[in-house]
Amino acid sequence: MRDARGGEKRPIGMRLWLSGGWLTVLVLAALCAPLIAPKDPLMQDLFLGRLPPFWMDGSEPGYFLGTDSLGRDVLSRILYGARLALIVAVIAGSLTCIVGATLGLVAGFYRGWADRIISRFVDIWMAFPPVLFAILLIAVLGPGLTSIIIAIVVIDWTRFARVIRAEAMSQSAMDYVASAQVAGRTRFGTMMTEILPNVLPTIVALLTLEMGIAVIVEAILSFVNLSISTDSPTWGGMISEGRTSVHQAWWVLVFPLITLFLTVLSFSQLGEGLKDRFDPVLR
Amino acid sequence: MMYEIRDLHLSLPDMTRKPLLGAAPRIEILKGLSFDVPKGAVLGIVGGSGSGKSTLGRAMLRLLEPTGGSIHFAGTDITHRTEDQLRGMRQRFQMIFQDPMSSLNPRRRVGGIIAGPLRLHGMDGLTARVNEALDMVGLPQNFAQRYPHELSGGQRQRVGIARAVALRPDFILADEIVSGLDVSSQAQVLNLLGNLVKDLGLTLAFISHDLSVIRRLCNRVLVLHNGEIVEESETATLFDAPQAAYTRELLAAIPLPDPYQPWG
Repeated sequence: MRDARGGEKRPIGMRLWLSGGWLTVLVLAALCAPLIAPKDPLMQDLFLGRLPPFWMDGSEPGYFLGTDSLGRDVLSRILYGARLALIVAVIAGSLTCIVGATLGLVAGFYRGWADRIISRFVDIWMAFPPVLFAILLIAVLGPGLTSIIIAIVVIDWTRFARVIRAEAMSQSAMDYVASAQVAGRTRFGTMMTEILPNVLPTIVALLTLEMGIAVIVEAILSFVNLSISTDSPTWGGMISEGRTSVHQAWWVLVFPLITLFLTVLSFSQLGEGLKDRFDPVLR
Repeated sequence: MMYEIRDLHLSLPDMTRKPLLGAAPRIEILKGLSFDVPKGAVLGIVGGSGSGKSTLGRAMLRLLEPTGGSIHFAGTDITHRTEDQLRGMRQRFQMIFQDPMSSLNPRRRVGGIIAGPLRLHGMDGLTARVNEALDMVGLPQNFAQRYPHELSGGQRQRVGIARAVALRPDFILADEIVSGLDVSSQAQVLNLLGNLVKDLGLTLAFISHDLSVIRRLCNRVLVLHNGEIVEESETATLFDAPQAAYTRELLAAIPLPDPYQPWG
């Protein structure tokens, strides 16, 4: 007979439903953008500039969320922008996680000179102002998707390294690590089979948080025109363009902002929700 | 002889008093211990906190490297063997830890915890061996599917014992294994360990701060104080005629059912 606690399925929390739901919608929107977007996101029509969203006077059918000052459809641009945002979130988030978590795990578990080198690097790294550092990097690397991803990884690996190092250190002090040594497990084997599973929930929570941060960083870089070419639709680029005409056409600024906000919030809440649900110790 | 220990010294750096530059001063924890553990013996190692008993245990298991003296295990000098050289023989000396919550990986099921070391030493028939080990410690076999946090303290400590005996070692070190348990679980775990020692022909070193626990289980006792052996004798002799002042202090600290009735 199994313990009731093990067999019982916990209901999926509201948090997980809402955040997972929003992200699913976003992924579908990004995948199907060419099919569902009502207009070409790049098509300009100066006669249709600054059209308001559908419920206001003077709106045109077919332009649900209005148009920007060049007459481009806001909804279509948000849908296409989701592609870039998600690509950056997933790739930059994962790479940052792999680099940072590996270094943090090695530093926290092996200690010694590896820890000294990695920790010094983290300290030095964190003394740079992150946004300026990113702008500098992009300026050197040249704008483009790859540069954005590299910039995010280079700036943010320290977040993982610090947290995972601390976590690995506290886990290393547990007797099950000594017990693995008594059993004759190698140091590397102990790190992979004993420590890693115990820091994994933290890694997952940080990873989703990092995905949200990657979306923000991309938006910030778009805002200062250092992201992908100004022509292609990005949320940050739209926010930056909308800012200049916020008094005449607030919708160009507000809709991408709401989308960005919900996306970042969903990423962080998804991480917390997953941690609650899949951690056998908390369960 | 299972263990021959001669003039064992062990010191660790004191990081709290480390100067800004240069090496930290070292604290001497074990100050030249010599004793033997005969095959089949149940040796009690007793002492107050800070007496070095846990450090001695960890040195015997070579979780710590001695700074001086020698440790021979079953005739082999293991004093300064590297981890790689020790790995092959680690199956022969096992350890049960004080805190079973911390010594069982919280993200592994009981079955995996017991099978892990077996797999490392290339044993086969893992399921059968895990079930057999659970039987030996009196836990139902379906406990293999449980996580450590789903067990009580006494059950967890039984899992710790099962993990050690499943490897069929020659020697087991038990470090304060009942100090975290309530009195009735203590008695059960002690009886269990006593029976396993008899049935499997184990040699056991049992570390405790509590002489009444030692008295139940051990046939020889080693009393440690400040990293030195102050007394070593048969259990009965120790309780009848304690030689060292420190031993008498420890004996006086045992709570008796009737405080006016002496041991005897």
